[in-house]
Amino acid sequence: MHQTFDAALGINLLHANQRGADHNRAHFDQWGITCFNLMSSPGAGKTALLEKTLAALSQDLKIAVIEGDMTTELDAERLRQYGVPVMAINTGRACHLDAKMVAGGLHQLAQEYVPAEFDLVLVENVGNLVCPAEFEVGEHAKVALLSLTEGEDKPLKYPIMFQEADCLLITKLDLAPYLDIDLARIEANVRQINPDVTLIPVSTKTGEGLDCWFSWVRSQVASQTTLRLEARPLEAKPDALIASPH
Amino acid sequence: MHETDMTRALILTVKDWWDAQTEPPRIERIHLTVGKFTCVEPVSLQFSFEVQRQGTFLAETELVIEEIPLVAFCHPCQQSYEPEIGLHYACPQCQSPMEDIRSGRELKIDRLEYCTDSTPSQAYAPNI
Ligand SMILES: Nc1nc2c(ncn2[C@@H]2O[C@H](COP(=O)(O)OP(=O)(O)OP(=O)(O)O)[C@@H](O)[C@H]2O)c(=O)[nH]1
Ligand SMILES: [Zn+2]
Ligand SMILES: [Zn+2]
Ligand SMILES: [Zn+2]
Repeated sequence: MHQTFDAALGINLLHANQRGADHNRAHFDQWGITCFNLMSSPGAGKTALLEKTLAALSQDLKIAVIEGDMTTELDAERLRQYGVPVMAINTGRACHLDAKMVAGGLHQLAQEYVPAEFDLVLVENVGNLVCPAEFEVGEHAKVALLSLTEGEDKPLKYPIMFQEADCLLITKLDLAPYLDIDLARIEANVRQINPDVTLIPVSTKTGEGLDCWFSWVRSQVASQTTLRLEARPLEAKPDALIASPH
Repeated sequence: MHETDMTRALILTVKDWWDAQTEPPRIERIHLTVGKFTCVEPVSLQFSFEVQRQGTFLAETELVIEEIPLVAFCHPCQQSYEPEIGLHYACPQCQSPMEDIRSGRELKIDRLEYCTDSTPSQAYAPNI
């Protein structure tokens, strides 16, 4: 006789990834690191933004980069010129970074450096507007980029990315005169799905708007640090908790 | 492409459950609920699953997907509405942003049907 049982699971399809993301976040918190996940379609300007960010902030903040790229180390090489550790992760055929891949980057950071000395880890995700939004990596904030050349309708067509974003950068602002595009329309489309998102128009070419982005970064790092200090009992020293993520 | 990754995520999550059982059960059916406001296309997920389950502990498992519509609730109007995905998300009456999603974001393994009789004749004697 054949008997079938039923197990009510009610667990998220991405549970395994979520567990990994929580694990990564616990490490970030123990080390006192704030982590951002940068996401956009290919070529929206993530690496260009990282270059400007490293140039402007790496004096005051100790920054490391986890760089997701399908096959090359091109982006990683561009960023290493700024004298910060860049962990390159080749995702192979995958179209996004997952928690486990980022754990690999953290492992590398923990082996080669003293992670508790870092303030900020910037994760450059693989260029893709679809699934990176569903796979958390342990970040404290999601930063999405949308370039002016992509069109006003992208927030409507790829809503999850724009809904999940804590901060949205509208990039390549310097191209506005050459394009038939209405920034107010982009904003209206975004606000339909995410009324509270921090929206910052920038151009890495002219530098317009970058100061606003830098202050957002600084304020996030400051408020994450405050949250951590409140959450952690005074006697628990971060050093005692340093172990390589696995 | 991303359904490949979603399927891998699904298999890893079910594997977690499977590994936690004392006797590895034979999973016959996985029931998923997938919201329309997610990155998952059920047909592609089915296809990916059929490819990826081969040679794994899920080789004979069937995937059953229930789709859930996107429903949002507008507080100013005190009523639910179904946003038109890809076109319009704000409330059709008052144009308030879509803030309170009541369904459509599900990506859930609802339940599993399984049996423990890997050697059926022996495990359950036909004595009834
Ligand atoms: N005009 C203009 N071009 C820009 C700006 N930002 C980036 N670009 C250009 O856009 C192209 C792509 O920029 P990247 O920074 O490599 O984009 P990415 O998002 O890192 O790309 P992937 O990593 O491949 O997804 C490059 O040619 C940049 O020089 C900008 O503000 N203005
Ligand atoms: Zn890049
Ligand atoms: Zn993906
Ligand atoms: Zn309304």
